[in-house]
Amino acid sequence: MSMTDTTPASGFGGIQARNDAGVTAEPRISVRNLDFYYGPTLPKALKGINFDLPARQVTGMIGPSGCGKSTLLRVLNRMYSLYNGQRAEGEVLMDGRNMLDPKIDLNELRSRIGMVFQKPTPFPMTIWENIAFGIRLHEKLSKADMAVRIEWALTRAAIWNEVKDRLHTSAMGLSGGQQQRLCIARSIAVRPEVILLDEPTSALDPISTLKIEELIDELKRDFTIAIVTHNMQQAARCADQVAFFYLGELIEVAPAGQMFTAPKHQKTQEYITGRFG
Amino acid sequence: MPTNEPSQHIVTSYDQELKRLRAMIARMGGLVEQQVAESTRALVRRDTDLAAEVVARDGEIDALEREIEQFSVRLLALRQPMAQDLRLIIACMKVSQDLERIGDYARNAGKRAIVIANQPAFSSMNGFSRLAHLVQENLKGAIDALVNDDVARADEVWASDEQVDDIYNGIFRELLTFMMEDPRNITAATHLLFVAKNLERIGDHATNIAERVHFAVVGENLPDERPKADVSAYAVVRAPE
Amino acid sequence: MSTTTMTFTRTPAEEATARAMSRRRRVMDQIIRLFCIGATLVGLFFLASILFTLLVKGLPRLDLITFTREFQPTTYGDDTAPLGGLLHAILGTLVQSGMGVLIGVPIGILVGTYLSEYAKGTALGNAVRFVSDVLLSAPSVLVGLFVYQLVVLPTGGFSAIAGSIALAILVIPVVVRTTEDMLQLLPNTLREAVIGLGAPKWKMITLVAYRAALSGIVTGVLLAFARIAGETAPLLLTSFGNNVVSWNLGNAMGSLPIAIYQQANSGFPDLIAVAWTGALIVTLGVLAINITARLFLARRK
Repeated sequence: MSMTDTTPASGFGGIQARNDAGVTAEPRISVRNLDFYYGPTLPKALKGINFDLPARQVTGMIGPSGCGKSTLLRVLNRMYSLYNGQRAEGEVLMDGRNMLDPKIDLNELRSRIGMVFQKPTPFPMTIWENIAFGIRLHEKLSKADMAVRIEWALTRAAIWNEVKDRLHTSAMGLSGGQQQRLCIARSIAVRPEVILLDEPTSALDPISTLKIEELIDELKRDFTIAIVTHNMQQAARCADQVAFFYLGELIEVAPAGQMFTAPKHQKTQEYITGRFG
Repeated sequence: MPTNEPSQHIVTSYDQELKRLRAMIARMGGLVEQQVAESTRALVRRDTDLAAEVVARDGEIDALEREIEQFSVRLLALRQPMAQDLRLIIACMKVSQDLERIGDYARNAGKRAIVIANQPAFSSMNGFSRLAHLVQENLKGAIDALVNDDVARADEVWASDEQVDDIYNGIFRELLTFMMEDPRNITAATHLLFVAKNLERIGDHATNIAERVHFAVVGENLPDERPKADVSAYAVVRAPE
Repeated sequence: MSTTTMTFTRTPAEEATARAMSRRRRVMDQIIRLFCIGATLVGLFFLASILFTLLVKGLPRLDLITFTREFQPTTYGDDTAPLGGLLHAILGTLVQSGMGVLIGVPIGILVGTYLSEYAKGTALGNAVRFVSDVLLSAPSVLVGLFVYQLVVLPTGGFSAIAGSIALAILVIPVVVRTTEDMLQLLPNTLREAVIGLGAPKWKMITLVAYRAALSGIVTGVLLAFARIAGETAPLLLTSFGNNVVSWNLGNAMGSLPIAIYQQANSGFPDLIAVAWTGALIVTLGVLAINITARLFLARRK
């Protein structure tokens, strides 16, 4: 289907009522008994993870460095398959299919599960080309349709007004915050169902950070979002559901409101109140 | 009951600030307890000097309440507390309000004690003493629970308030009888009735404090419905953790 | 807890020690700085004197004749004889170096890509990298000898092709090194960002990685060109040299380094002057290429 509709908001699925924290939604991705190894001789980096990414909600992942939260993101879109020796066991279920199955088409999987990284990663080309790059991998659009899609993606990523007059200049000339929103635009231009954000604001200033957070809030109407963050306040601000990881284990999952006022587990309590170590 | 002493924060000064908050609320609690005790003692012993002292000391409690509120707001703004710390600070803010109200009731009782002391004495203050004793017990329990993070004690206070209601009903009938026996008792009895009502209110606030303590420590609210009729049916509300 | 009194303020004694240490550090710093400046001056002196000599001896014959005429025998004792030029050698160097680059660069880039993107950390990758590094520092006369055995003897004579092959062999390790280094400089998240959009690996490499590393790779190519433009030994054994302009790749072909070598050895002052001019041309050419390479790298930032 091509994007012929020019009103950016009416993308797909229509406008959904926002999910409040604690409202249970059907899971978009279900992780079952997931173990992960960075190498044949290395210990498990993830141990028996079981949890769900609820559809059209933001799931925040918190925990100290090396606890496995980024690792889990990299399992979800099979990024780990790029590296020899890394291995996942268990199930990552999406529409009833196990995404860890070797027969899964990775390029298609990654078009359904987009990812944005800690440091902005603009490609060394124009803003237009940056967005078009991902689209061309999966679709053949006419020039007019491409223009509509690019405007849609940039608008959804709240950067259209800032770049519309310089679409054909290099993306490397944008500020850090703009580059990060460009990367988000590039991800959603492919129209994934799930967006994985790996510490998307840790390299940004506070105002750019708030813009990204506002954007996340906006995007969750259409996308299922998982965000890894070291900033607990950010998880509190953005996430509907928060998961706490520690030493490769999922210690606790709870609605954000509960997680930050009354977590159940002692370790969670110590981590979020700043009592670790 | 072991106190739930949490491990240290990474930031030491944060720990010290929380400790200071606890110390402030403990001091306020102690002061309020003393006010309630002395106001009832002044009333029963017809000691107008002590009553005047109670009235004069209330300003200290009001000042403490303001101090605790300002300090809590500062902590919320600067430390962005989470989980147990957040609950503790919120609890302290609300408890300080309860304590301030209790302080006002004690002052009011002190004022009335001076009036009552100048009226003819009743034959019996038994019921009143029992009410005062029970309310003070509950208040003491609530404040101890707060200072020691003692959930079991807090739950006990929370469940035992309705004895207070029963005694209050008894005093109400008793005072009505006094007034009917001799109209000269009406002034004293009316004031005493207000003091009794104040004590009953103090009991309610003690319950509130117990609820806050429960939430601050456990992280869950007590049920909305408090035991009203039969205490025995609720003898064990929650197993202590 | 420890009972030592540890404070943040210094006692007068500690203050004095700190001052003494700081003085020693300053003196040491000055000495090392003088040594460094001295060494730099020595290096610069030799470089400047080489350049100066080249200019003094090379400039007199840096004229139109040098660029437009082929070799002529000496005019010694016969002032009416025509002056010779270096046209045959300049063209020969351009043709052979150009072909060397054309053959060597694609191979070098592909090998560099293989090392960086596919064989990272594997035994084969490490072996290839090691061999390539050895080749990088191998004496170029060995390469000439190798091609002499492999091409010149079987084909029955010296040829420009053989010379180009020898030069290409010299180009390959340089380009392999720079390509791998430049690709390694790219952040891994850039690769993952492309892969994460659902791109296959080959598209990631050709459409994004090469583009991001372009200026570095071009610089490597230019430096490789500069290196082979001045090679003499491998050409002696492969294309041998020729005194006239030749476009036949199957025949011997002249080149600047060999023309310099031969004419400088002739013993006639007029031919030696031409040799100096050839040396000046090679030097200026290499300098120009280096400056271009630097400009390319600077644009990257």
